[in-house]
Amino acid sequence: MTLSVNLQAVAYLVSAVLFILALKGLTHPASARRGNLYGMLGMLIAVVATLMGDQVQSYGFIIVGMTLGAIIGVIVALRIQMTAMPQLVAALHSFVGMAAVMVAIGTFLAKRGAGELNALLMGEISAGVVIGAITFTGSVIAFGKLQGLLGGSPVKFKGQHLLNALLGIATLALAVHFAMTGSLISLTLMTLLAFTLGVTLIIPIGGADMPVIISMLNSYSGWAAAATGFTLHNNLLIIVGALVGCSGAILSYIMCKAMNRSILNVVFGGFGSDSSGEDSAGAVAAGKGVKSAAVEDAVYWMEDANRVIIIPGYGMAVAQAQHALKELMELLEARGVEVKFGIHPVAGRMPGHMNVLLAEADIPYDRVLEMDEINPDFPSTDVVLVVGANDVVNPAAKEDKTSPIYGMPILEAGRARQVYFLKRSMRPGYSGVDNLLFYQENTSLVFGDAKDTIEGMNSALKGGGH
Amino acid sequence: MPEALDPSLVALYVFVLACFIGYWVVWGVTPSLHTPLVALTNAISGIVLVGALLVAGDPEAGLFTQIIGFIAVLLASINVFGGFLVTHRMLSMFKKKK
Repeated sequence: MTLSVNLQAVAYLVSAVLFILALKGLTHPASARRGNLYGMLGMLIAVVATLMGDQVQSYGFIIVGMTLGAIIGVIVALRIQMTAMPQLVAALHSFVGMAAVMVAIGTFLAKRGAGELNALLMGEISAGVVIGAITFTGSVIAFGKLQGLLGGSPVKFKGQHLLNALLGIATLALAVHFAMTGSLISLTLMTLLAFTLGVTLIIPIGGADMPVIISMLNSYSGWAAAATGFTLHNNLLIIVGALVGCSGAILSYIMCKAMNRSILNVVFGGFGSDSSGEDSAGAVAAGKGVKSAAVEDAVYWMEDANRVIIIPGYGMAVAQAQHALKELMELLEARGVEVKFGIHPVAGRMPGHMNVLLAEADIPYDRVLEMDEINPDFPSTDVVLVVGANDVVNPAAKEDKTSPIYGMPILEAGRARQVYFLKRSMRPGYSGVDNLLFYQENTSLVFGDAKDTIEGMNSALKGGGH
Repeated sequence: MPEALDPSLVALYVFVLACFIGYWVVWGVTPSLHTPLVALTNAISGIVLVGALLVAGDPEAGLFTQIIGFIAVLLASINVFGGFLVTHRMLSMFKKKK
C-alpha cells in the first residue's frame, strides 16, 4: 500500500505538532517525560509515512542502515555516563551535520540523473552542504576538546579572522558558481572548504565557553535540517529544523547573557586559557592572605546552621562528587538544616549540566534553584559550600570595573555568613581572573579533591563530631 | 487560471512561522531542563532521516547515490534512537522529594 502525497503531508503535519508538544513538555520536569514520548511518536509517524510514500522503492539499504543505527544508538545511550553528556551531544550533532551533507549530495546526484536540476534547487543544496559540513567538523572539534583528545585551551594564531573571512567568502563564491553551473568540482571544493571552516571556527574557542558552543552547534544542526527541508521541499524538515535552530540560538543567547558577553565575543574572542599555577596550594594561599580551613571547621559551622547553600561547578563533575553531596544533604537535613543548591546558568560544560548531575544523584529538583531564585537567600544563609565553581561567585564581576568579567551576573555567595571553597589549588577560574571572594573575611578554602573532602565531611557528621 | 504560488515561497512561509513557534515554546523551557532540551532537539533534528530514506530508497538514482543515502540513514538513525533514549534516561532522573 502506498500513501498518497496528500495523506503523507497530513501525517507530517501530525508529526510536526507532536514535536512542538515535545518541546512544550520541557516547561516542567513533571511533564517532560511525556514530552519526550510525543517526540518519539512524532518521529515514528514521520518515518512510517515516508516509507509508505511512493518515493521509497527499495528497502534493503534502509533496513540495514536503520537497524545498525538503532543498535549503536541504543548501546551508546544506555552506557554513557551522565558526566560525559556534553561529549555525547557534540558527537550526535556531528552525525546530524554529516547526514545533512550526505542527503544534499545524494539529492543532487539523484536529481542530476533525472535531469531535474535548477539554480534554486542547487542553491538550496549548497546551503544544506555548507551548514551541514560546518556542523560536522565543528562538532568533531568540540567533541575532541570535551573528551580531552584535543587541548581545551583556545588555539589562536595571527590572521585567524582574516583566514576565516577568506574561507567564508570562497565557500560562498563556490556555492554561487555551483548554483549557476551545477559543476561537480565546485560542489566538491565547496564541501571541503566548509569542512575546513568548521574546524577553524571552533578551534579558537576555549573549553569553558563550551556551553555556548554546544548551543551554537545545536542551532546549526537545526538549520542544516531546515536547509535539507528546502532542498527536498519537505515542510516537516523545515518546521523541525526551524524549531531546533531557534532552540539552539536561544540557548546560545542565554549562555552569553550569563557571561555578560556577546556571541561575537565568544566566537571570535578566544577568551581564557588553561593557566597552570600548580604551586603548592597551601603556600600560595598563605602568601596571598587567604585562610585555609580543615574539613572539621566546615562541618562545625554546617551542622549548627539553619540554612546551607551548595554551589556546584565543573569541578564537581570532574571529581564526580554529586553522590557524596547527596549524602551530605541528607546528613545535614537529618539535623534540621535546610539545604539548597544554587546553579549558575554557565556552570559546567553545557546548559543545565549541573542539574542533570544532581538529578542523577537523586537530589530532588525542587532543592535545586536557579541564580535569580536563590540570590535573595544568601544574606540569610549561614554557610555556602562552593564545590568546584569559581568565576560564577566572584564579586569582582560586580565591584571591579577593570575586571574582564565585570558585569557578569553572579551567585552572591559572599553575602552569606560563612563561605567554604572546596578547591584543589589556588588556580584561578577559566577567566584567569583572581577571585576576590577568597580574600573576604568570612571565606575559607578547604584544599583537596572535592569528592574526598565531602566524604570526609560525611564521616565527621556520621561520627557525631563535636 | 491564476498564477500558482512558487513552492519555495510556501516553504519560506512555513519556515518563518515555525521559527516564531520555536521562539515562544523554547523560552518556556525551564533552565533546569536545558541539557535534556539539547538532547531532545538533537534527537528530533534526526528528522534528516526522512531525507536520508528518500535518497537511500530510490533505486533509479544509482548504487553510488544509494550508498551515500545508506550512510545518511545510519548516522541519522543513531541520532534518533540514541537521542530519544538518552533524553528519556535523563528525564527519568528528575524527581521531586517524596
